[in-house]
Amino acid sequence: MCGIVGLFLKKDDLRPKLGDMLTDMLITMTDRGPDSAGIAIYGDAAEGSTKITVQSKAPETEFAGLEAALSEALGAPATVTVVDTHAVLTVPEDKAAKAIAVLEGKGLRIMGSGASMEIYKEVGLPKDVAARFGLRQMGGSHGIGHTRMATESAVTTMGAHPFSTAEDQCLVHNGSLSNHNQMRRKLAKKGVFTRSENDTEVGAAYISSRIADGATLGEALEGTIDDLDGFFTFVTGTKTGFGVVRDPIACKPAVMAETEDYVAFASEYRAFADLPGIEAAKVWEPEPATVYFWER
Amino acid sequence: MTTTLDKTVLDMTATDLRAVNTTLQAAAKAQANEAYVITNPRGSHAMACGLDGPLNVTIKGSTGYYCAGMNKEASVTVEGSAGPGVAENMMSGVVTIEGDASQYAGATGHGGLLNIKGNASSRCGISMKGIDIVVHGNIGHMSAFMAQKGNLVVLGDAGDALGDSLYEARLFVRGSVKSLGADCIEKEMRPEHIETLRELLEKAGADAKPEEFKRYGSARKLYNFNIDHADEY
Repeated sequence: MCGIVGLFLKKDDLRPKLGDMLTDMLITMTDRGPDSAGIAIYGDAAEGSTKITVQSKAPETEFAGLEAALSEALGAPATVTVVDTHAVLTVPEDKAAKAIAVLEGKGLRIMGSGASMEIYKEVGLPKDVAARFGLRQMGGSHGIGHTRMATESAVTTMGAHPFSTAEDQCLVHNGSLSNHNQMRRKLAKKGVFTRSENDTEVGAAYISSRIADGATLGEALEGTIDDLDGFFTFVTGTKTGFGVVRDPIACKPAVMAETEDYVAFASEYRAFADLPGIEAAKVWEPEPATVYFWER
Repeated sequence: MTTTLDKTVLDMTATDLRAVNTTLQAAAKAQANEAYVITNPRGSHAMACGLDGPLNVTIKGSTGYYCAGMNKEASVTVEGSAGPGVAENMMSGVVTIEGDASQYAGATGHGGLLNIKGNASSRCGISMKGIDIVVHGNIGHMSAFMAQKGNLVVLGDAGDALGDSLYEARLFVRGSVKSLGADCIEKEMRPEHIETLRELLEKAGADAKPEEFKRYGSARKLYNFNIDHADEY
């Protein structure tokens, strides 16, 4: 099954409440995906800096002294904010690639990076995952979340969604891809590599690779309809917006709501029940094989 | 539970789904012919399902999966949109959706009227077995797939593969049909079809003339094995 939620704010006054609203939506989708949960949240971007979210199996030891060690390795100041098993490292933009290499060298797992995106995901019930990371307190302009009922790979942190395969880009998925191994090999030939055995990560890498080749987000999402085989309802996030696409069979549920204040996505209407002004919102089901996206 | 005039109001912020359904099912079974109003449905699953007797239920808001499934004799109105599988395997009575219906609305329905005021998405009326479905808006792809009996009336447009592998259900579409499924063809509108359609449109309160519709049905070419196709197996 799996549950997906997404929220894109059109006005700034709801920004401090983004995490709170998304957390309620995420918890409502628990019975669609009790294995693991994750969220990508797009907050404030600091000029000239990149945020790298990492995860550790032993945060007490691995995060201790990380700030000093990373600053020294980069020859530039780095800041580390520890959030449970995750840490968000802020480094100068031009040192981001080196920082990721250093962090991977230390055995840390890269969740994603970008100017504004942070990713938090773990195994466990959505309410517990949300509480561990303090998701309710997080603000931002848009975010997407996922509750997982695993099919294509093991129930692990790295198998949880969202998947990020390029700066400020992420993807969540309900469904299963059937040509992901073939696509993984095709992408690898182009020098695009994935970190897990998961099918969704291949979908994310496909979209990132198309964008890197010059496609717009809309074109990259159009491409999934022709080039990816299987069942999917995808929601993808970028620095400036979010997009939705469903496969032509469209058996994986999807519903959207729009008001003057926000655009919301969910696997089921239930997740919208507490959103402000939902009674008067335009609510509709996205059409199969049709790309939708909103950008600011 | 509060009773106002002749309606009993069940507020789902105070009464849980199971209690609501138990109350409705008992009232239907008692042949009470009462009226119930359900407030704050919050997209709950399986609301007002399995009603087996005359009852009038109004749901004030949108519902989730399988609302009014297996309905018999009762009249259920959703003042919002309905999730997947609304009125699945309905036997009789009337189910009205004021908004849109998600995929496989009225699937396998044996009888009664499913009246959708908005759009219905994919697989509307899949394997229908005698139900009448009126959709005031559009329907999605693969609608009436393997439909056996009953009438599907669409005031708007139909998506891809309408009526694929159709048996004897009758399909009436006023707008365009993106494509017809295997063995589904356009058929002549005879006076008896105009009459059936007129009655259905009137029952559903639809503002349309039967003469504006085209009829689609089975070419009946899949009913028997065709020896010319033997080498394709």
